[in-house]
Amino acid sequence: MSAAAHIVILGAGHAGGTAAALLRQYGHEGPITLIGDEPIPPYQRPPLSKAWLKGEADADSLALKPLEFYAEHNIDFRPSTTAVSLNRGAKTVALSDGSDVAYDALIIATGARAIALPIPGADLTGVMFLRTAADAEQLKATVGPGKTLAVVGGGYIGLEVAASGRALGAEVVVLERETRLLARVACETLSTFFKAYHEQHGVTFELGASVTGFVGENGRVTGVTLADGRTIACDAAVVGVGAAPNDEIARDAGLETARGVVVDIEARTSDPAIYAIGDVAHRPMPIYDRMFRMESVPNALEGAKQAASAIVGRPAPAGEVPWQWSDQYDLKLQIAGYAFDVDEILVRGDPASGKFAVFHLRGDLVQSVEAINSPPEFMMGKQLIGNRKPVSKQRLADPSISMKEVAA
Amino acid sequence: MAKITYIEHDGTEHVIDVKNGLSVMEGAVKNNIPGIDADCGGACACATCHVYVDDAWKSKTGEKSAMEESMLDFAENVEENSRLSCQIKVSDAVDGLIVRMPESQH
Repeated sequence: MSAAAHIVILGAGHAGGTAAALLRQYGHEGPITLIGDEPIPPYQRPPLSKAWLKGEADADSLALKPLEFYAEHNIDFRPSTTAVSLNRGAKTVALSDGSDVAYDALIIATGARAIALPIPGADLTGVMFLRTAADAEQLKATVGPGKTLAVVGGGYIGLEVAASGRALGAEVVVLERETRLLARVACETLSTFFKAYHEQHGVTFELGASVTGFVGENGRVTGVTLADGRTIACDAAVVGVGAAPNDEIARDAGLETARGVVVDIEARTSDPAIYAIGDVAHRPMPIYDRMFRMESVPNALEGAKQAASAIVGRPAPAGEVPWQWSDQYDLKLQIAGYAFDVDEILVRGDPASGKFAVFHLRGDLVQSVEAINSPPEFMMGKQLIGNRKPVSKQRLADPSISMKEVAA
Repeated sequence: MAKITYIEHDGTEHVIDVKNGLSVMEGAVKNNIPGIDADCGGACACATCHVYVDDAWKSKTGEKSAMEESMLDFAENVEENSRLSCQIKVSDAVDGLIVRMPESQH
């Protein structure tokens, strides 16, 4: 790509914002246009369900870069704007303000959106998602002492909101369809641990609860109805039941899609002038010998590095081990890898101590690790996932043997 | 406000005025200085904001928490003066601070 090439980035989230900054860091001199549907420049989403919700971080600290950064670095940031359609032949994107923008290279970083429940009352005021700063603002204004917050979905977002709701003084009830928490993303040991920990902090759970609707008064939610006939009273509800990729624009333009926009190891789509990164990308992960879509900040950053490197002609970044984290109360959960093709789950340490790690193994290879307040297990586990070095299960299960010795 | 000098592994220097209350990591990231990745945004979860603190400043940058110590223990190229820059708060006391970056954060 020539130094004067115009790079257009659709989506100003963590992935899109980082790609714009990296292109400048890597020396790209041509124009960059960054198009975002939110009114504010790119910011970190993770604190929305954690530090920000508790008032420990402000809008300035959430911003990836200060607003001036974009003008100073000749990045044309267009807030409150969406891409309507993509014309690959003409290499133009039609925008919601009626204008067209031409690109030499296009980066699709349109992210994912919270999945809405197709049930009655889902449009009542007070039934919320937690995806954007505006969502978080609304939630923070609603919950507090004397209020009851119903959380629909016992995944990581739901549990983080529950912890923050308690920190803000609200009563919190979590409604989960499955019979255990984190059913899609974690093993039973972790589900049991988190449930007990949240209960100790005053959260109530309804497991195996099928939510059938929301009821309200004067357009405002007052309760959640369940299939067993009960109504759980609440002043606000947060729905956290997963996210779907915003890949319609790519689909409509005929790019190859699967569970998101299909890309290669350099984040390039089936059109060589178009890249896709972050939550919207369905990307190869060589250590697991498969392709999938991830929703995490490290994934957004990796995609941004891949696309920016490919565009400026830098060598591709070394392959990464995917990871993510969650903070709840005083618990720090760090997860490395994904539990694909696992034949054994091994717990290191005692969950009752609040400090332990769950290793997911395939033979004697570590596929993933979930570490609670255990940085050595996370850091070393992450290395073992990356270097594919076999471990002794016996030694791994013995917390008296240090992780450095286990991996030696 | 504190003047902080960030020195990349290749010797490139960046002198930045950083607001009190931010972390040394945030001062670098918000000014698009290469070499401090800070993948987790300051949650002390990733050890990708590793820096070396010049000896003269070691006492003024505070003590490492157990979490920071533990994360650093498994980072690459760790030295006695290694810190995670997300855990160093900027105040008048660190005006003039010099930090150097490792070759890589990953």
